[in-house]
Amino acid sequence: MRVEVDQPKCVASGQCVLMAPAVFDQDDDGIVLLLDERPTAEHHDDVREAAAVCPAAAIRLEQE
Amino acid sequence: MTEAQTEAQAGAAVGLPHHPSPRAAGCPFDPPPALHALQSDKPLAKVRIWDGSTPWLITGYDHLRSLLGDPRISSDATRPGYPHRTAGTKAGDQARRTFITMDDPDHARLRRMVTAPFAIKKMEALRPSIQKIVDDLIDEMLAGPKPVDLVEAFALPVPSLVICALLGVPYEDHDLFQRNTKVVVRRTSTPEQVLAALTTLTDYLDDLLAAKRAHPQDDLLSVLATERVATGEMTRREAAEMGVLLLGAGHETTANMIALGTLALLQHPDQLALIRDAEDPKTVAGAVEELLRYLNITHSGRRRVALEDIEIGGEVIRAGDGVVFANDIANRDPKAFPAPDQLDITRDARRHVAFGYGVHQCLGQPLARVELQVVYNTLYSRIPTLALATDVDHLEFKHDGFVYGVYELPVTW
Repeated sequence: MRVEVDQPKCVASGQCVLMAPAVFDQDDDGIVLLLDERPTAEHHDDVREAAAVCPAAAIRLEQE
Repeated sequence: MTEAQTEAQAGAAVGLPHHPSPRAAGCPFDPPPALHALQSDKPLAKVRIWDGSTPWLITGYDHLRSLLGDPRISSDATRPGYPHRTAGTKAGDQARRTFITMDDPDHARLRRMVTAPFAIKKMEALRPSIQKIVDDLIDEMLAGPKPVDLVEAFALPVPSLVICALLGVPYEDHDLFQRNTKVVVRRTSTPEQVLAALTTLTDYLDDLLAAKRAHPQDDLLSVLATERVATGEMTRREAAEMGVLLLGAGHETTANMIALGTLALLQHPDQLALIRDAEDPKTVAGAVEELLRYLNITHSGRRRVALEDIEIGGEVIRAGDGVVFANDIANRDPKAFPAPDQLDITRDARRHVAFGYGVHQCLGQPLARVELQVVYNTLYSRIPTLALATDVDHLEFKHDGFVYGVYELPVTW
């Protein structure tokens, strides 16, 4: 799985950090930071959930 | 539009269901039955609202998420066709422009000025101080007479104290901001009452911002005063209006979730026991999401207007059509949540839309989550015999509020 985030679209709801804290963080303004663009399989469910709840559709996933 | 078309539209409007519709007697936690019927028969339907206009009402979960995430749907409350909730909110929305009734790029520019304090790690850092606020209020309740009104003694003070600390508003002024916020969120308020309440609140925040600029402290209003107003990025009035928005949204919503959530749990003792006996914080976090879904206190829904023609679900929403999103019933959509009318704190409810969806989704949701987690995790374990001190049929519910809840919740232990 490859993860991409779109910072200009991010609205800082913070839900990705709650769902998958090993993969997502926030900068000082609450905007998404990607910690790991190729997370290991154990995080895939959480990352998919994070992408599904992101209100701004700012998380994109690609299966590799 | 030709005269014949206007007449045809007016004729068609006569047969349309009126929105909002009432909840069923004896079912204070469930959305109105008419919404259930629309969701299964016509998840995208035209309805008639207070001013005779006929916006779309979206009741299906998938349609709601798809449209609220669509850039062709506008939040701009000054656009023709925007379906205002009442004459009072129409007057308020036109007098006061905040980012919740603006589109990008203005929305994003203003919202990003206040996102920093709501980041997850900053919310987690607040958890001990929220815990202390909750513990102190429970101590006071336990030391005082019973029965007691949980709204007045606990549900309203918790989020009010927290948002005051975050913004830098003196808590001793709580009567002023709570009273005026109540006017703003009441369906029966006249335009004059709404405008007077907003003016009082804006003037109050404006004075505070002036004081913060002269003597900055470690709070959000000081940041706005010194980093945004002083630099010319915002006018003082814009900052004051944003302060009014954050202060109101910061206490009224969470207060209702605390009181109504407690009532729902007292009516579902098996669920209450699961929370009270929980050792894993994830159980309580999950319960918060389920109660947000199940109660969906923002029962007036989200309001938008279409910028272009949008084809969806076999219908065409025309440019200029108003659109009302019934997130309360969307959270009860059986296609999204199995057995949706059941309160089940063990379900995965995280995809609920109680905070809305799209770029306008609630800014304060991380704060609401931490507050509710601390409250639900503490109140029932510290007062395990907590019980309703009246009959549920005697309670007065906020049918007339834009935010649903109970006016008073007499409890004993």
